[in-house]
Amino acid sequence: MSESKPRLIREDGLRVDGRKPEDLRPIRMEIEVLKNANGSALVEYGGTKVIAAVYGPREATPKAVQLPDRAVLRVRYHMAPFSTSEHKSPAPTRREIELSKVIREALEAVVFTDQFPRASIDVFIEVLQADGGTRTAGLTAASLALADAGIPMRDLVAGVAVGKVDGVIVLDINELEDEFGEADMPLGYAAGVGEIVLLQLNGVLTPEEFKKAVELGRRGAERIYAQMKETLHKKYLAILES
Amino acid sequence: MKLKLYVADRQIVRPGDTLAVIEEDGNQGFKRIPEKHIYLVDNNICSDVFGVASVSENDISVIPFNSVYYPRKEDVVIGIIEGIGVTSWEVDIRSPYKAYLNASDAIENFNPLYHDLKSYLDIGEMVLAKIVAFDRTRDPLLTIKGKGLGKIIEGIIIEVKPSRIPRIIGKKGSMFNLLTSKTNCEMTVAQNGFVWAKCPDEYRGEVLTQAIKLIDEKPHVRGLTEEIKQFLEKKLGG
Amino acid sequence: MSITPQREPVMPKLRAENIIKMLKKGERVDNRGLHDYRSISVSIGIIGKAEGSALVKLGGTQVIAGVKAELGSPYEDRPNEGVLQVHAEFVPLASPSFEPGPPNEEAIEVARIIDRSLREPRAIELSKLIVQPGRLAWVIYDDVYVIDHDGNILDAGMIASMIALAVTKLPKLDISSEGVKINRDVKETPLPLNTLVTTITMGVLGDILVVDPSLEEESVLDTFISISVDEKGRIVGLQKRGLKSITPKTLDSAVEIALKKGDQVLSFIRKVISSPQEYMKW
Repeated sequence: MSESKPRLIREDGLRVDGRKPEDLRPIRMEIEVLKNANGSALVEYGGTKVIAAVYGPREATPKAVQLPDRAVLRVRYHMAPFSTSEHKSPAPTRREIELSKVIREALEAVVFTDQFPRASIDVFIEVLQADGGTRTAGLTAASLALADAGIPMRDLVAGVAVGKVDGVIVLDINELEDEFGEADMPLGYAAGVGEIVLLQLNGVLTPEEFKKAVELGRRGAERIYAQMKETLHKKYLAILES
Repeated sequence: MKLKLYVADRQIVRPGDTLAVIEEDGNQGFKRIPEKHIYLVDNNICSDVFGVASVSENDISVIPFNSVYYPRKEDVVIGIIEGIGVTSWEVDIRSPYKAYLNASDAIENFNPLYHDLKSYLDIGEMVLAKIVAFDRTRDPLLTIKGKGLGKIIEGIIIEVKPSRIPRIIGKKGSMFNLLTSKTNCEMTVAQNGFVWAKCPDEYRGEVLTQAIKLIDEKPHVRGLTEEIKQFLEKKLGG
Repeated sequence: MSITPQREPVMPKLRAENIIKMLKKGERVDNRGLHDYRSISVSIGIIGKAEGSALVKLGGTQVIAGVKAELGSPYEDRPNEGVLQVHAEFVPLASPSFEPGPPNEEAIEVARIIDRSLREPRAIELSKLIVQPGRLAWVIYDDVYVIDHDGNILDAGMIASMIALAVTKLPKLDISSEGVKINRDVKETPLPLNTLVTTITMGVLGDILVVDPSLEEESVLDTFISISVDEKGRIVGLQKRGLKSITPKTLDSAVEIALKKGDQVLSFIRKVISSPQEYMKW
C-alpha cells in the first residue's frame, strides 16, 4: 500500500481519471438480473460494481423480529472477498454492519412498510468490486431492486458520494480520492420529493464547503435518479411495444 | 374532482411519478390509497409502484408489473400443504403470511383421537380453498367447504404472477372464455397466481400452459386477446 | 452438528410426481436428455480488480469465481509450496432459502470438493508459487460466490473456478532491501497449471442417473454423486451426497458418464481459455 499521497487534482484542474469536479463516472444500471429474487438490480459507478436483490414481502422469521403494525426491513450490505485490492475475509466487518444500518434507515424513509404488518422485506446488497462509493451505489441498486419487486414506495432514492480532494469539492469519488482526500460525504437523495435519506461525513469541511458539497451532491443525485427512471421505463417499453 | 392529467392510460410509471394534479382549493395533505397503488401529497397524485397507469373517466390507479399476493377475504386461492399440526394444516399460499386450514373444516365430526390429518392432506398436496378470515393481526384462515373447493388430485397447475390474474380472466371473462373454449380445458383461476386446468390430453395442456405463460410475460400489450387467439388457433386449428 | 435439511419452499406433490414420472421415461421437464447439461455461458474478467475472475451461468444458476493473490507463509508441513484456499459463499441474494451468516455445511462441502479436486491432481503447480522457501509464498484465494441458485452449484462453481484460475495473472513482486511487496499495477504472470479439472454431478433415481440437475430436480431427487475428472481421464475427486444409498452397478455407470461428459466440458473450458476475448461481455 503506497504511503505517499498522490496528487489528486492535476495541473489542468482535472481529476486523476480526467474528470471535472462535477462529473459522475460512467454509470450502468440493469434490473431483473437474478431469477430467484423478487426484484434485483446491477449498478456500476465506474469501477464500483454492486448487485442488489429484494425478497419480500415475505414471512418474517424468526417470529421474534416481527412487528405487529408494519413490515420489518432487513438490509445486508456485504463485500465479496475479491471485491477489494487485498483479499477480504468474508466475515462481516464493523464497517459492513454500520453501512447495513445506514442504508436500511435510508430505505425506511421511503418504503411503505405499514402495508405489510408482521412480514419482512429483505434487501441484500453485494459489492462485487469496490472502487469508491460502494454504499451509495448499493443504495441506488437497492432502490431499483425494490421497484423491480413491486414494493410500494414514496419515491426512488439515488446515492452519490461527494468528496474534497486537494481542497476541491468533487462529485462521485473513486477509491483513490476516498483514501487520500480530505473529506468523504455519502448522500442519499429522494429526488422526486426532494428529501435527503442518507447523509454521513468522514473528514473535515467548513460550513461553506459543506453547503457546496450538499448542493453538488443533490444535483449529481438528480442525474442518477433520472437515469434510474429511464432504466425502469426502458425495461418494459420493449414488451409494451411488441 | 377536477384533475389535470400528467399520464395517459397504459403509460409506464415509477414510484414517485406524478400522475395527476387536483385542481381544487384546499390542500389534501398526505393520504394513501394502497389498493390503487397511489398516494396523495399536496394535491399531487403519485404512483407508489413500478407499473402501468390505468386512467379512465373518473379513476386513476396503477397496475404493478410485479407483486406478491396479498390475501383478501373471499379470495379463491390454491395452496400447498407445508405443515401438519394436531388440529390444523399450515398452507403455503405464496403470500407473506402462512395460511391455516382447520381440521374441523375438512373432516366431519373431527376428533384428533380418531382422525389422522396426514391421511387426509399430506405435505405437498394442494387444495383449492377460500379465505374466510384475514386481517392485520392474524394469518389467513381457509375453508374448503364450498362448491368446487377441496383437495386437488389431478390436472396441471400453472404458476403466474398474481398481478396477471385479472388479465387471464379478461374484461367480462373474455380471455378466460377464449382459453377454455379453444383448448377444451376446464380451468379454475386462483387469485394468488395459480391456474388449475383439467385438459382432455397432454398436448392441449401444454398449449394452454404456453398461452398462459405468454400472458404472464406481456400482460399490458395492446391486442393481447387477439394475439392469444391467433396463437391458440395456430396450435390447435381454428 | 449436521441436521437433516428442510425443503423450502415445499414442492407440490403433483409436480414432484410428474418430474419423477418423466425421469423414469428418460425425459426431463425442460426437454433435456438425461445426460445433457443446460446451456453454459461464461464471462471472463468481470472483476477487474481481482487477479482472475469468471461468471458462469449454468441454466439459471449464476456463480462468480474471484481469484486473489496475496503473500503469506507457506504451510508448515509444505514449506516449499504456495498456498491454495477455496471458499464458497451462498449469499442470501441467490435464493429465498439462503440465510445471511457464515457458510453452512453445504457451502463448506462445495468449497472442499472444489479444493480437493484441484489439489489432488496438482492442477496448480504449487511448488512454483514459493517466493522464499519456508518463509514466503503466494497465497491463492479462490472465492466461489453464488449469486443465483437454480441447481448444481457445485459444477458451476468448479467450472467458474477453473476458468478464473486459468486466466489469472499474478501481480509483479518488487523485491528490495525492505522486503518483498506486491505491485498490482503490473499483472502478467499466469498461474502455473498442470491440468484442467471439472466436476460432473448426477442425481440418482434408482439406477437412473440425471446429469446437471436443475433446482426442481434437486428437490425431488435426494441422492447425488459428483465425480471430478482431469484432462488425463483420471478420477481426481468423488463425493456421494444425499439421503439414500447407491449400488456398485450405478456407481460404474456414473463413472462412465462422468468421464464422457467430463471430456466434453473440459473441451469447452479449453475453448474459452484459448480465446478469452470472446467471452468478456457481461
